[in-house]
This record gives sequence, C-alpha cells and structure tokens, in this order.
Amino acid sequence: MLGLNKKDTSLMIVVIILTMFAPFILNPFPVDSAMAQFNAGYPDLMQRFVIFGIFAIGFNILFGLTGYLSFGHAAFLGIGSYSVVWMYKLLDYNVIYGLPLAVLTAGIFAVAIGYVSLRRSGIYFSILTLAFAQMSFNLAYSVLTPITNGETGLQVYNNDPQVLLGANEATSPHLFGIVMNNSFKLDVGAWQFTFNNGYYFCALVMLLVFYLSIRIFRSPFGLMLRAVKSNQNRLSYTGLNPRPYTLAAFVISGMYAGLAGGLMASMDPLAGAERMQWTASGEVVLMTILGGTGTLIGPVLGAGFIKYFENIFSKINDTILHQWFSFLPDGLEDAVVFIIHPFIGKGWHLTLGILFMLVVIFLPGGLVEGGQRIGKWIKSRGKSEDSDSGATTEPAE
Amino acid sequence: MDALILQILNGLDKGSAYALIALGLTLIFGTLGVVNFAHGAIFMIGAFCAVTLSKILNLSYETIDPNQTDFLGNPLKVKTPYVESWFGPEIGASLIDWAVPLAIIFSIPIMLAVGYIMERGLIKHFYKREHADQILVTFGLAIVLQEIIKYFYGANPIQTPSPDALSGVANVGAVFGMDIVYPVWRIVYFCFAAVIIAAVFSFLQFTTFGMVVRAGMADRETVGLLGIDIDRRFTIMFGIAAAVAGLAGVMYTPINSPNYHMGMDFLVLSFVVVVVGGMGSLPGAVLAGFMLGILESFASMNAIKSLIPGIDQIIIYVVAIIILLTRPRGLMGRKGVMEE
Repeated sequence: MLGLNKKDTSLMIVVIILTMFAPFILNPFPVDSAMAQFNAGYPDLMQRFVIFGIFAIGFNILFGLTGYLSFGHAAFLGIGSYSVVWMYKLLDYNVIYGLPLAVLTAGIFAVAIGYVSLRRSGIYFSILTLAFAQMSFNLAYSVLTPITNGETGLQVYNNDPQVLLGANEATSPHLFGIVMNNSFKLDVGAWQFTFNNGYYFCALVMLLVFYLSIRIFRSPFGLMLRAVKSNQNRLSYTGLNPRPYTLAAFVISGMYAGLAGGLMASMDPLAGAERMQWTASGEVVLMTILGGTGTLIGPVLGAGFIKYFENIFSKINDTILHQWFSFLPDGLEDAVVFIIHPFIGKGWHLTLGILFMLVVIFLPGGLVEGGQRIGKWIKSRGKSEDSDSGATTEPAE
Repeated sequence: MDALILQILNGLDKGSAYALIALGLTLIFGTLGVVNFAHGAIFMIGAFCAVTLSKILNLSYETIDPNQTDFLGNPLKVKTPYVESWFGPEIGASLIDWAVPLAIIFSIPIMLAVGYIMERGLIKHFYKREHADQILVTFGLAIVLQEIIKYFYGANPIQTPSPDALSGVANVGAVFGMDIVYPVWRIVYFCFAAVIIAAVFSFLQFTTFGMVVRAGMADRETVGLLGIDIDRRFTIMFGIAAAVAGLAGVMYTPINSPNYHMGMDFLVLSFVVVVVGGMGSLPGAVLAGFMLGILESFASMNAIKSLIPGIDQIIIYVVAIIILLTRPRGLMGRKGVMEE
C-alpha cells in the first residue's frame, strides 16, 4: 500500500490506530478513581507526545541512519517556533502560513550549519553542532532581542499588524477556523475522554512525517545513509562522495525539528530562547536512544515514554506513596517511602538519568531491542521445551 | 592601557578554570581514549566538597547565656561551633574562615576516590565501544550526579566566602606604576591554577610513573608487552584528572556560588577548549584555555561590543568553528589522534 511492503504497512496501520484512538488508550482509568493521575489523555500531554515524536523521528533520520550525533538540534526547534509566532504577529492566527515557513527557515539554517559541521565527523561534529546551537541560543537571548524578544519570549501583542485578521476570527491559533485549543469531551460512565483539535492536527502531521520517514528508510537514499554509518571510507573508495547524502539527511532532520518547533508554537502561541538550549538537544538524544536508534518506531516510543513518565513521576508525592504502601507495616512503609522519595517529584531527572545509563549499558538498541529480546525469549522458551522433548527421544552422540 | 590589562587579568582567572577542567578532560582522553561528558560534574563535586567542609566546620551547639537577653527579654541562645570549643575560639574561628583553602586537603582523597570508582565501576566497560556510546553514558552519569547533589544541597546557589584575609581587593598595577584594582582571590586562583598545572606537567615529565604513562599514551600495546600493568596506571591517571577538576571546583566556590548545574555550564565550554587545543594534547588544553578566557574577556569590552554587537556571547564558539575547520587537529593536537 502506498509503496510500503507488507510489514511496513502493518506498522503504519498500528501507528495510525494508536494515534487516532489515543484519547481512549491513554485514559484507561475512571475520573474519580485513585488511579486517575496515571491518565495521560489530556490535550497538553498528548500534544507533547506527538510533537516530540516528530522531533525524535527527524533526529533519528540523521543519527540513526548516518551515525552523526548532533548535539545542536534544539536550535532548529527554536527557529521553527519563532517563525510561526512571527507569522501570527504579521498575518493572523492561522497556522497554515507559519508551519511551511518554519520548515523552510529551519531547512535554510540546517543547510548552513550542516555544510560547515559535516566537514568533520565523530566527536568534532558533535562539538561543532553544539557550538552552533549555543551560539544561536546566546544570540537569541542577547543581540537578537528585536527578533526574539529575549528573555520574555516572543508573543503576540495587541498592537501587532496582523494584516489578515478578520473581524470574527479566533484570537488563538487555528486552522481555517478550527481552533486548536477547543476540545470535545465525551462522558462514558465514569470515564471522560477528551478529543482535542490541536492533538488531532499534530497527530495527522506526525502520521504524514512518519510515513515519509518509512519511505526514506526504505529508499536507495536511506541505504546510502546506512552505508555512511557502516563505513565511510569504503563508500569513498567506490567513488561516491558521502557528503551530499549526509548533508541531505542533516537538512531533512533539521526540517523535522523546525516542524516540531512550529507545532509547539501552534499549540501555544509562545516562543522562548530556552527551547534552543543544549539541554533540549540532549533531551531528543535521550528520547531516540531510549526508544531505539535506527528503528522506525523507536524514537516515537522514546518520546512518549519520556514525556509520560516526566509528567507522572513528577506528580507523585509522599502522600500518594503512603497510600500505595499502606498495606505494609508502619515502619516498613516509612522505609519504602523514604527509599523511593528521591526518585519522584522533583527527582524525576535522577530516575531518567539512571534509566538512560542502564539502557546505554545493557540495551544499546533501546526499548525496541528490549521488546525484541523479550519476544525472542518467549519464542525460544517455547522452542526449547519442544527441543527438550525432542532430545529425550534422540540418541545422544 | 589599564583597561586592557584589567581584561587580561579577567581572562586569566576564567581561563584558569577552563584550563584546569580541560587539562583533566584531555588527560582522560589521551590516556584512556574516553570522551568524558561527566567531567563537568566532577568539577561541581569538587565545589561541593568545599561547601560540605564549610558546613561541617560550622556545625554548632546551642548554649543559653544568662547574661545576654534577646529582644523578647528571654535568655539569649548562643551558637558555638564545635571547632571553637575544641580548639579554642581563635583557632576555631580562623579554621571556619579558611574553610575553602582547607577543603583542598579534604577534597583530594575524595576526588581521587570518585575518579577511581567512576573508572573502575563504569568507564572501564566502555573502552571497546564507540565514542558516541561513551558520550551518552557519561552524559547520563552527569545527569545522575547533578541530581544527587541537587537532592542533598537544594537547587539554590550556596555562598561560600573566601577567607577574610584574601577577600579584599589589591592594587596589582602598583608595581608598574598603574592603577589597577583587582580582587585578591582571583589572583590567588590564577596562581593556584598555575601551580597545579606545573605540578601535573612535572609529574608526567620527571617521574618514572609519568614516563610510563606518557609511553602508554603514545603506544599502549607496546608498553603492555613490556610487562607493565598500564591499565592500573591509567586508572590512577583518571583519579588524578578527577582531582585536578575537583580542585578547580573547590577554589572556584568563592568566585561563583556553586549550584548543581555549574558543571554542565562549564562542560560545554571546556569541551570546546579541548577541541581547540587538540584532543589528547596537554599543553594545547592549557594554551587554549587561557587563550579563550582572555579572548572572551576582551570581547566583553564595551568598545568591542559596540563594534560587533553580541560578540562576547559567541566569541568562543566562533573561534572553535574557525579552528576546527582550518586546523582540524586543533592548535597542538598530535597527528593521528581522533582524525577521521
């Protein structure tokens, strides 16, 4: 279907179903139950799932396929956000003008940065991209204040031109009148499901770019990128210049990042320089590695995983822990709560750091590899039982 | 002229911090071939050693002084630090006053141990893996270390003053007949950095141990074939590199109140310094550290800022980009090290 083979089609269909029914899937607990805090089906979080998913998919096209580790992708995220907010300021709140511009400007910046950075590889490439991103961040904070509004962050003011703004037009981001912030709430018994316009818009965009990334992975171009990763020298010896391919990958992933940044500003009409800081670049690296580098679905899983647990873990506090462990004897209960305490609430980053280290050490393929290993283990256990029974009948050598 | 010298001085003290951290980074890279993103966290742990020592020295008990009353008319509770009651008030008070310099002694064994544990416990397993993996795992470690510090010390910067005798300003220009007033502690910091750098270099240059380490940096396998346990020595070098970064952190506390993310802030810059100086080159790291420090402080002069707005924010990165593109090996990098 649509140029995909059977396996990819089924993957695509699974992803379509998951994203379209996410408001149900992420809301398994009734509103009033004690478990309601584990629900992730509210618009803000779901939007972040897909937006960071897009960011990570794009990053994976560069890092997963070519092996070039960029520590500066957050710069494109910021550039995308700024472009969209500027379109709000100059034209009107319709996101249709801003998003293509976000992709375009991020792409132009990516060409410039990539052209310079890709002259080096390995750690030098990482440092160069990091240097460019920090430069953009510092400039956005200081000299470029007329464009970026510095520390306050760029936002729409009443005296902005907004030349296309009609009389009855919505005053928050919308797509031809479909306001992003509006949601439709559906009550089913004790459950409440929220269907947010913004989420579905982001989800459709994500499905589109996910499809694109499958096509890139399976194309001859994707094969060339893998060749760059496995052995660049050999590629040069065959008479091919790897640089145009890596530059193309860099620009594509920069455009993905710009799109993600633009979508962030489409959900919430704000853009701040802190989106460009190198810790934000580090976050997308974490997502991609945690999910599974070089796999199709991995980055999306990683992004969802990190954003979900960031929200949930940071919400748990000692009172909730005491409730959970109230079945234990008092002394033991306090001890358990005391041990878990540093890892929750504000300590969520500690959990993330430890988890990330464990993944890098023991599971370089991330969550996807973990899933495959479990799958294999279950299969081989089924098989080994068969072979055990078989072995008893066969004579020993 | 005065302003120029003042900027050079400013650059020297920032440059010494860069140089010390970069020295440790490049030492680790040159010996073990590991790209250590957790080095900034080691710098931060050093700074928190100083904080901890000053907290320990300030531990005190309360006594009720019947002769004095507080504003409510109740007998005043007087806090006396334990050290003052043990060593007498005068020695005790000066011990507390000199907490930061004392922390140097206190932190060396701690930093050596931290380095040793880090190398044996984690980094040892990453020699055979790609540089990207090393970057990632040490990046994770840096997050973990800084979150642990945040858990124990909170998120706010903790002020740790320098000793009273060294906290004022001095007129350093008097020697040359000029009027340049500069904080004493920053001069102390620069001298301290110079001493440490000299110590590391002479250790590598003039001791047998250092000779073996240098031989190992040049050709690890051959040294191994000669029956020398080079891994053990490299582990010790890792400890020394950690101690250098830790000491840089200890002495930096009075200049900048330590907080949990100071390591990350310095890490990015020190990596740029190492790359500019040349991966694995010790003199390169020191040279690049001071050079970038001085360039940065020159760029923040008003005259230059009005010429090129924003240059002070990006000068280091611009220099790094130019150097990486024109001299990929860095200023003093050895041939064949990390060249792809």
